[in-house]
Amino acid sequence: MGRKLLLEHIDVPGINTFDVYRQQGGYRAVEKALKTMSPEDVVEEVKKSGLRGRGGAGFPTGMKWGFLAKPEGVARYLVCNGDESEPGTFKDRYLMTHIPHALIEGMIVSSFALGANTSYIYIRGEMMPQIRIVEKAIAEAKAAGFLGKNILGTGYDLEIYVQPGGGAYICGEETALLESLEGKRGNPRIKPPFPAIAGLYGCPTVVNNVESIAATVPIINDGGEEYAKIGIERSTGTKLISASGNIVRPGVYEIDLGLPVEEFIYSDEYCGGIANGKKLKALVPGGSSVPILPANLVSKTINGNARLMTYESLADGGFATGSSMGSGGFIVFDEDQCIVRNTWNFARFYHHESCGQCSPCREGTGWMEKILHKIEIGRGSIEDIDLLWDVQRRIEGNTICPLGDAAAWPVAAAIRHFRDEFEWHITHPKEALSRNYGLARYADPIAPVVQ
Amino acid sequence: MAEEEVKFRVTIDGIPVDVAPGTSILNAARQIGGDIVPPAMCYYSKLEDSGGKCRTCLVKVSKGSEKDPRPMPKLVASCRTTVMDGMEVQNITSPEVVDARKGVVEFLLINHPLDCPVCDQAGECKLQDLGYEHGADQTRYEFGRRTFERIDIGDKIQLHMNRCILCYRCVYVANQLTNKREHGIMYRGDHSEISTYIEEALDNDFIGNVIDVCPVGALTDKTFRFKNRVWFTKPVDAHRDCPSCSGKVTLWYKGADVLRVTGRKDEFGEVEDFICNTCRFETKQTSDWIVEEPTQVDKESVINSNHYYNFNPPAVIKENPALQEANAEQLARTEKLK
Repeated sequence: MGRKLLLEHIDVPGINTFDVYRQQGGYRAVEKALKTMSPEDVVEEVKKSGLRGRGGAGFPTGMKWGFLAKPEGVARYLVCNGDESEPGTFKDRYLMTHIPHALIEGMIVSSFALGANTSYIYIRGEMMPQIRIVEKAIAEAKAAGFLGKNILGTGYDLEIYVQPGGGAYICGEETALLESLEGKRGNPRIKPPFPAIAGLYGCPTVVNNVESIAATVPIINDGGEEYAKIGIERSTGTKLISASGNIVRPGVYEIDLGLPVEEFIYSDEYCGGIANGKKLKALVPGGSSVPILPANLVSKTINGNARLMTYESLADGGFATGSSMGSGGFIVFDEDQCIVRNTWNFARFYHHESCGQCSPCREGTGWMEKILHKIEIGRGSIEDIDLLWDVQRRIEGNTICPLGDAAAWPVAAAIRHFRDEFEWHITHPKEALSRNYGLARYADPIAPVVQ
Repeated sequence: MAEEEVKFRVTIDGIPVDVAPGTSILNAARQIGGDIVPPAMCYYSKLEDSGGKCRTCLVKVSKGSEKDPRPMPKLVASCRTTVMDGMEVQNITSPEVVDARKGVVEFLLINHPLDCPVCDQAGECKLQDLGYEHGADQTRYEFGRRTFERIDIGDKIQLHMNRCILCYRCVYVANQLTNKREHGIMYRGDHSEISTYIEEALDNDFIGNVIDVCPVGALTDKTFRFKNRVWFTKPVDAHRDCPSCSGKVTLWYKGADVLRVTGRKDEFGEVEDFICNTCRFETKQTSDWIVEEPTQVDKESVINSNHYYNFNPPAVIKENPALQEANAEQLARTEKLK
């Protein structure tokens, strides 16, 4: 049984209220940080903890904070990215719904570390209930003197505001989020300058994921070194995983990084195995934008090492045979799932969500969707697979923001690992409409796939 | 005594140039000129913040700077990347760049109607040039293209969204030359549309400039629509004493008639001064103007009939088989035109 840091008191009734949260030891981190530590000490602890951004890219949070420019007389902002919209990811919503005070506490500690006196929580517009919950939590914290002027008599002022988004996936990209927060159209900005230099209203800004901010609470309570003892190598601490798909027990799990993927899927403590006694076909370990893994690469990496739930191990093998931790949207596919249809579904999502600013993503995502739809309904030709490969290759890396990459990677990985299923769809158009291809030839432990 | 000016040395496709700090790679390349200048569909030198969107000007930075010689991991938009001292950039000498650009051209054309035979912009269309110089002669796209109805924005300008490549130039013109925001992008992705705020007419005195900045035939001058093909008209530089703008324009003559008036464009097709609507739409008599001289038209421009663009790459391409292969189509075209 792994340690629970974020979800330790999740089962305590009323943990979403300030009083119960406080009784369970909540807001200790605020007291400790504001009364006994300097902002630099807090940043130092987060650096020591090795915490990596939980939103998807996995960039070390402490280092990101270290990059924040600190010009005299200019406001600095902390913005919490609660625009969780990656298909397959629902951990932040869970956290905000059930323990909103963990986020508020983390916001106070992080804002203090960065010297921000105004902070924003940007939450996706569809999550109206969560917006209300977080606003209520802010009001409770303010009434208790943890927000507002002169917090706990330390002379530190902080106001936190909740901003509902309009529900666009692209607004989860940090610069698009800042544009949207400023009241403009949510188009990603061209970098540089990075938000650490010129972010919200042109001021230095840090944008962090909900879970990253909440994770600063145990780091301050127990110390960065203690936090870094959990996990393996450069993947430290615990991570919330949103498990979904054909598993016995879907839901949000807090795991110690370093847990074997196989154990996570099959152990009764977590997902409980594949539902209805079916076989595993494929796995998307980090949300829809990361490359899909065929069954033979799920529990073992290409080199035969056990695949673990860490940033490094999931990415082992690079794009050819690896994937990515992403935001922890763990989607399991059993033998009855159609990879072509799933890839089309993902492509349709990215087509719909592309902001339309730069040409490769605007035009390419729609093109990919149309080709995949054509293959799925049995009208494709073999050349379409190569065309699809060519289109994704020309989108990837050539766009302003990572949405282009996110649209290209799942298509590339699906073709790379499940090409025979695509070909079967083309050569057996009638059959493809009435039944599934079933297990790919990679499903049994066989020789590694060579690109 | 004047202080010594700091200059950064940047090498583009093997050709060194000294430029002021803060210059973009694209502008450094424009100082060199010739075939190594990346094409630009959305960047516009007179519009602040423009660029970075069309991705046709992607280049490879093979050496970041003298201090930090690491190459940049991805291709970068040359219009929005500033030079560093000692930077080395590859444009047409990088097969990767040539291939990516071909991809961008293909993407830009999949939703473009290719109605050049009935388009007023034909002959001075940046997308036509781009497709001709960098694209393939066949499309692999076989699905329906997005279509829109034509919209009149004001009584002098027509918007034909089918042709639009969403470069945002007109949006920047409207934002930067006018006081209120009445022109922008609606919707998202490949269903985005250029639009005015709830069909509000654009009545600003400088709004006619959206026609000049439009790289394609999406925004056209209704006083010139279907009057003539541009290559049958003769451009002449002229000026007048205008109270609201510089009054420096190009008149496009057919016989003795002025068919249209546009801003004066530089060799990259970007206007030098924005002109007002009165100069553009109202003053179409020779007597309104003081004529200067025939406009210097690029020898290879289609307006200078029957001269076409020749590809004249640096020597390094002729010596390297891999680069020859990457630029095969460009080289073959030049052979054909000989």
